[in-house]
Amino acid sequence: MRTRTSGRTVGGLRSLSLQAPAVTLLLIWMLIPLGMTLWFSFQRYNLLMPGMEQFAGLENYRYLLSDPALWRAMGNTLVLVGSVLAISVIGGTLLAVLYQQDFFGRGVARVLAISPFFIMPTVSALVWQNMMMHPVNGVLAWFLGLFGLPAIDWFSSFPLLSIIIIVAWQWLPFALLILLTAMQSLDEDQVEAARMDGAGPVAVFFFITLPHLKRAISVVIMIQMIFLLTIFAEIYVTTSGGPGLATTNLAYLIYIRALLEFDVGGASAGGVIAIILANIVAIFLIRMVAKNLED
Amino acid sequence: MATLQIKQVVKRFDDTEVLKGIDLEVNDREFVVFVGPSGCGKSTLLRIIAGLESATTGDLLIDGERINEVGPADRGLAMVFQSYALYPHMTVEDNMGFSLRLAGVGKQARREKVLEAARILQLEPLLDRKPKALSGGQRQRVAIGRAIVRNPSIFLFDEPLSNLDAALRVQMRIELARLHEELDATMIYVTHDQIEAMTMADKIVVLQGGEVEQVGSPMELYHHPCNRFVAGFIGSPKMNFLPVTAQAVSTSGVRVALPGGGTSEVAVNGEGAQAGDALELGIRPEHLLLDDQGPLSGQIKVIERLGGQTSLYVEMDDGIITITADGDVTYRVNEQVNFGFEPSRAHLFDGQGLALASLQRHPLSGLVRQDSRERVENSRERPEGGA
Repeated sequence: MRTRTSGRTVGGLRSLSLQAPAVTLLLIWMLIPLGMTLWFSFQRYNLLMPGMEQFAGLENYRYLLSDPALWRAMGNTLVLVGSVLAISVIGGTLLAVLYQQDFFGRGVARVLAISPFFIMPTVSALVWQNMMMHPVNGVLAWFLGLFGLPAIDWFSSFPLLSIIIIVAWQWLPFALLILLTAMQSLDEDQVEAARMDGAGPVAVFFFITLPHLKRAISVVIMIQMIFLLTIFAEIYVTTSGGPGLATTNLAYLIYIRALLEFDVGGASAGGVIAIILANIVAIFLIRMVAKNLED
Repeated sequence: MATLQIKQVVKRFDDTEVLKGIDLEVNDREFVVFVGPSGCGKSTLLRIIAGLESATTGDLLIDGERINEVGPADRGLAMVFQSYALYPHMTVEDNMGFSLRLAGVGKQARREKVLEAARILQLEPLLDRKPKALSGGQRQRVAIGRAIVRNPSIFLFDEPLSNLDAALRVQMRIELARLHEELDATMIYVTHDQIEAMTMADKIVVLQGGEVEQVGSPMELYHHPCNRFVAGFIGSPKMNFLPVTAQAVSTSGVRVALPGGGTSEVAVNGEGAQAGDALELGIRPEHLLLDDQGPLSGQIKVIERLGGQTSLYVEMDDGIITITADGDVTYRVNEQVNFGFEPSRAHLFDGQGLALASLQRHPLSGLVRQDSRERVENSRERPEGGA
């Protein structure tokens, strides 16, 4: 810390001049869109009435915050993010332990397990919609049929759960990938020392493996959180936010406002609220992760 | 308190035979050191004893009971790893108490045992630290403490000092010897460093290529190595080997022709050897004497002065010979020197590298360390004392 501060005072001007281009670019990159979003959010601005823009004060916010759709969308966002995180972290940890064991064809199995992550969100959503969850042609329907059970129309009966399954299917391999890499750096001596200390497989998992993976798990949570807050393609392709608002998350709500209702002002207000929400999450999360990474 | 017997233990990994039928006995309260070059199978043997590997064939017995099928935790052993293998997310206290915690021992009892071990190792001030905040030597002591807390019947050490710097290694060596006294436990120690073996062991087991070369007390191995490998491995600097020819074999020894023309009679049992046989003369650097009338000569190539002693590397026709001389010798590089040796200090090896047995046993070669003999006597008295 000391060297950094003294460096800043001694060679302050020089280092500032060297940093300036990068910092300026970054500021332009971030501040202009942010500023425009803020500006639009205070405007009455509808694409159906071009040239009629005027200052609206907090009107857009008042309208949005009193709209039950916003709270529904926020709830959906949190449920979606929370469930996918839980599934991918827990499932990823267990699978990482599994794929760390030595068995025949492990290399191929690992590649297959990780491959869903490389499939485009739109494609995987379509595959799930038309080949897995389709009530007539779907694999799941056929499987239930084997037991004489009626087919489930997933997207109308359990719309949010369906989205969660699709997104989790995509992101679990990412968690697996990171956690598997972390597993490989687990000191085999530690496991053996624990075995000599009397730890069975379960105790080894909870006392040795899991603490070792703590850091990797925080990284997975942080990265996934960033991407999961903005899930859009899967919803757009399958349910279009419906039925009703059942699968509308914040990103999709903003899309509806901006490009279906042409209400740029309202959508911008939604965007600002999304930024605030993301920051609230980020403050808690990054604190937690940073603390984890430190020790 | 335990004895260990190893009977015909063979270990195969796929097609390679790592251990080729090891037979060994470890007595109660003995400090046994497995020593050998890397890849000799010493660590594998230790891991088999620990239960971390299983023997392909053969039996392991602790106190006469077969333990091949007993899991590592239930053998009553504790192991100290080369990498220390401390649990990085636990404090020193939790590290040391981990086995007790798994065994369901209460918090209070656990703390007492940990404190007791910490007292022996002077770890009390460090109990709340994490391994990351400890120095190498401290980590090593915590690893030993973790073993002590388990109160094992046999301690296993897998090259515990090789990650420490030289000064700390000497210190820990003394500490381990002291610990052996204090705990009065059976210890098995693996190392590639023959100095560790010589200084700490009651009994050294020299391994090479998956086979036991020789078992004996340090002085026995030093004075009566049974073959060329053990002779070269034990002792530092290494023993010198000179090709010689047997001239005459008699009851008082074997007379050999030295390179350079002289002869010398070495007091060994010459049975099986004949005049004209090509033999090898083994002589330790510290037993070579600088002597202007000596039968051997060569040119000094390198001089290493250690203060108290000087190592001279002398080039002869058959290679470089090391001589350990007094610290104050005034020789210079490229000087020609003559030297000789006391025939009773020399060893002879036949064409297969096997030693011809000495006619006289060295007085120290039968010596078990004084203290361990006392321990055995103490243990005999103990039952009457009601302990």
